[in-house]
Amino acid sequence: MTALLEVDGLNKRFGGNEAVKDVSFTVSPGECVVLAGDNGAGKSTVIKMISGVYTPTKGEVRFKGKRLTGSSPEAVRRAGIETIYQDLSLADNLDPGLNLYLGREKMKRVMGIPVLDRAGMRSDAAKVMKGLGIEVPDPKAAVRELSGGQRQAIAIARAIHWEAQLVIMDEPTAALGVPEQREVMALIERLKARNVGIILISHNLPDIFAAADRIIVLARGVVGGSRKPSETTDEEIVRLMMGAAA
Amino acid sequence: MLQIGGASFVKPLLNAWSWLFLALILVFFEVYAQTQTGNTFLFRLYSIQSITIAASQILLMALGLTLVVVAGHIDLSIAFSSGFAAVVMALVINFVGSDAGLVAFLLGVVAGLAAGAIVGVINGWLVSRLDVPSFIGTLGTYGIARGAALIVAGGAVVSIQNDAARTFGNGDVAGVPIPVIVALALALFCHYVLTYTRFGVHTYALGASRASVERAGVDVKRHLMILFVLSALTAAAGGLVYTGRFSAGAANAGEPVLLYAVAAVFIGGASLTGGQGTVTGTVIGSLIIAVIQFGLVFSGLPPYWQFIAVGLVIIVAVIVDQSRDRIAGGRS
Repeated sequence: MTALLEVDGLNKRFGGNEAVKDVSFTVSPGECVVLAGDNGAGKSTVIKMISGVYTPTKGEVRFKGKRLTGSSPEAVRRAGIETIYQDLSLADNLDPGLNLYLGREKMKRVMGIPVLDRAGMRSDAAKVMKGLGIEVPDPKAAVRELSGGQRQAIAIARAIHWEAQLVIMDEPTAALGVPEQREVMALIERLKARNVGIILISHNLPDIFAAADRIIVLARGVVGGSRKPSETTDEEIVRLMMGAAA
Repeated sequence: MLQIGGASFVKPLLNAWSWLFLALILVFFEVYAQTQTGNTFLFRLYSIQSITIAASQILLMALGLTLVVVAGHIDLSIAFSSGFAAVVMALVINFVGSDAGLVAFLLGVVAGLAAGAIVGVINGWLVSRLDVPSFIGTLGTYGIARGAALIVAGGAVVSIQNDAARTFGNGDVAGVPIPVIVALALALFCHYVLTYTRFGVHTYALGASRASVERAGVDVKRHLMILFVLSALTAAAGGLVYTGRFSAGAANAGEPVLLYAVAAVFIGGASLTGGQGTVTGTVIGSLIIAVIQFGLVFSGLPPYWQFIAVGLVIIVAVIVDQSRDRIAGGRS
């Protein structure tokens, strides 16, 4: 078994409410697993248990064979799992370079005094973005002046630059226009080509079918079914999302 | 995109407006002085010293505040962390005794800074641990520091007899007043911190999105604590200069300067929503206010006009800030 990530029998209980029941799946390197499901199906709870925000009530998360359950979000990230939230966690007023290095800024010395290496971070950002097929018009401009797709690319560039082996993306196309949605789908393909495993959360059917190697449908906290895109249809996925038995 | 192209020359103009405005009022007062009295306004040592001393009083209160505002917060308590520090310094100098001279002065400086730091720690604790909005939290410590300063001073001004303190407040090095040197040194330090260090980047990022900094693994609580202590310390330094300058510690030493300090930060390009602002901007803002204050007095106008003038400049600053946002297509 060469799974990158193994999610094994996860349960999460909030008070008397069992939000997630016995969810298991695996992600291999270069594979894109889509977690599909309606609002409240438990998608976010599952990824928060993987990224270390929640501790599961029961079950285990293993990454490269090592137990991750109960680790802090910091430790999970250091282990190589990067989570890209819907808000992208970008500081809009900083340039792409500083956003790429946020929290781990590059320093240099000028006359013995440590100072930020802004130029170095900028050129690194431009390089990584170029590798993703994105040209940043003005590398000194604040991220807020970039398009939604370019901003998404910075968040993804951050994952690549810090050598994440698994990237979790939460509804990456939710707030984007059609051309930008395409850009993001292309970015996902490039991540896969780099052998990065991806968990994509989505309830948008065209996205799901475009990106997924495997679709895992969650309904009311349980896995309603696991399908390959080639072996299923829109109707079946929707039916599973609505909670029909697999 | 069209917008940005069209505004390509307006934008740098708006970014530099405070420099232009400073130049403008200097020219205005110079022309006024030349035509009305035949004397120069700016080109005499006394004017330059008066303006820079007034500016440094504002600047000391505004320096730490600049970083706090960039992080998306505010610190109103500086009005009295400064007075509290001034009073504590004077009391310690008197307690140690005037024979001890320099030692008494140095102990006074340390005690004054420590007194200010206490206010900063309370602010930091309220904002970072208890999630009290900084406007309310520091309004509370504004009152607490005011009361504490008046209580320890026994409700009076604490006079001192100390040569070292007097030199600290009134001396000069090659014509540059020592308070101005102190303010410039601290400004340089704050500029370095905000522009060249990780701490500075995280301060800007915090003003834009707390989540971005938290997820980057930065200890935001610790960061906020440091910011509020820094703000209290620079304000306390302002109080120490006051004690030296007037050979007396007064609880309300910083109160009249609060409005000007806040104004200097916003005139200098900071935004109420955080994420923007520079130390250089605050230096210019302090100079603008000091020139207005001194210029009006120099021109023989009733000094009360300074309140109106500074009030107008604050409003202009906010309007400029908003049009800059619109042109940049930025969201607030």
